[in-house]
Amino acid sequence: MPSEQKLGSAIVDTVFANMVSSQNESSLLSSEGDSQRTQYPYVTGTSVIGIKYKDGILMAADMGGSYGSTIRYKSVERLKQVGKHSLIGASGEISDFQEILRYLDELILHDSMWDDGNSLGPKEVHNYLTRVLYNRRNKFDPLWNSLVLGGVKNGQKYLGSVSMIGVHFEDDHVATGFGNHLARPILREEWREDLTFEEGVKLLEKCMRNLLYRDRSAVNKLQIAKITEEGLTISQPYSLKTFWNFAAFKNPTVGAEGSW
Amino acid sequence: MSSIGTGYDLSVTTFSPDGRVFQIEYAAKAVDNSGTVVGIKCKDGIVIGVEKLIASKMMLPGSNRRIHSVHRHSGMGVAGLAADGRQIVARAKSEAHNYESTYGEPIPIKELAERVASYVHLCTLYWWLRPFGSGVILGGYDRDGPQLYMVEPSGVSYRYFGAAIGKGRQSAKTEIEKLKLSEMTCRQGVIEVAKIIYGVHDEAKDKTFELEMSWVCDESNRQHQKVPEALLEEAKAAAKSALEEMDAD
Repeated sequence: MPSEQKLGSAIVDTVFANMVSSQNESSLLSSEGDSQRTQYPYVTGTSVIGIKYKDGILMAADMGGSYGSTIRYKSVERLKQVGKHSLIGASGEISDFQEILRYLDELILHDSMWDDGNSLGPKEVHNYLTRVLYNRRNKFDPLWNSLVLGGVKNGQKYLGSVSMIGVHFEDDHVATGFGNHLARPILREEWREDLTFEEGVKLLEKCMRNLLYRDRSAVNKLQIAKITEEGLTISQPYSLKTFWNFAAFKNPTVGAEGSW
Repeated sequence: MSSIGTGYDLSVTTFSPDGRVFQIEYAAKAVDNSGTVVGIKCKDGIVIGVEKLIASKMMLPGSNRRIHSVHRHSGMGVAGLAADGRQIVARAKSEAHNYESTYGEPIPIKELAERVASYVHLCTLYWWLRPFGSGVILGGYDRDGPQLYMVEPSGVSYRYFGAAIGKGRQSAKTEIEKLKLSEMTCRQGVIEVAKIIYGVHDEAKDKTFELEMSWVCDESNRQHQKVPEALLEEAKAAAKSALEEMDAD
């Protein structure tokens, strides 16, 4: 009775499948050929900046999704809520970010189904993401993202970042990509422990404006998210004012006479 | 009631001459001997309550949960063998997760009930598997509103306004039939379920019990969760005083 046996082993398999995590392919059963090299990112988001402030965490990211050097999508939400206590901002491959959001959704769901009065805080989520990213990197099949994870739980503020190879930091201010080079120096000079909400937003806007001038993949449409003990808000998209009234810009062709 | 199926009751793949599968009936007896589980459908949601018989005074209150969340919008109360029940819950969670993964929306309760019932039934078809020794009352809230289903060890599943399994199911069902469920909110339903469970608990035969209750309703934002502490205490107090009134007669 071969069909009966197949069904019987199907039952056993489903029993074991319940215990094994729902991470897909790249298991003992699939062919190793496809994951022997890293990928290339296709649609990417640029820098995310996060800072601690008096009441919690502030995070900023623009809404651009670049397709190589083309700015293809201009309404990509790169800041998302994770459970009750955390906020995630992602740069890098957008489709991998969507996959990460699915993993986090499952994580938060199973945590909430215990219904035991506890919930995962930002430190735990950050650690989980680090494990996921590092293990994928070890299989030469990375999730091509740099993530910023911030939140407040039981009065404790937490802000950290993880890169696609699993390098993780925890700090008072973090950034991904170009933000590390253009925003962090500003933050090192001007960040203080007791920033108010308004001061924090001004500081973030100063960094984002700098990125807008100098990062070719930046777009002038951003969101700022705030997370405190009370809860999370993500602002409506808005634009920064820019200043182009420099003398050298006014008459761009001056001094351009040449032999042709 | 007692029909010994001598010879025809050794395997779940054997029918008796009068068309019964005794192993499934014996599995149902495991459910009948366990603490009562009650579920009702009110106009704005579902309430599930369990009479959790306490085997030992050493047990921590609030442990050994008999009601489990299956997804955000649904939960099930388990009667019978606890370990078998845990497998059913695990399977239901897995089905709910797969459905949402594939179709992008939370699993409709009807679909979930069908899948659970079909899994329970599967385990009655092969001689190398034994039937589940537990039945579940599954309640959930999807876009068709609140729904209540019951799945028995035979794999049979029906949709109900009110359902009860376990020791006190006969008297519980009688009590449920007296209620006007279509006009009741879940807040009121919680009190009624507590009264029913306290009412059917047999002080003489069983020792103490702990009341465990959960709901999915508009008030809980259509999420399945434990009934809030304050309301639970209110329900217990109302149930106890209703008992005293009855005893006073």
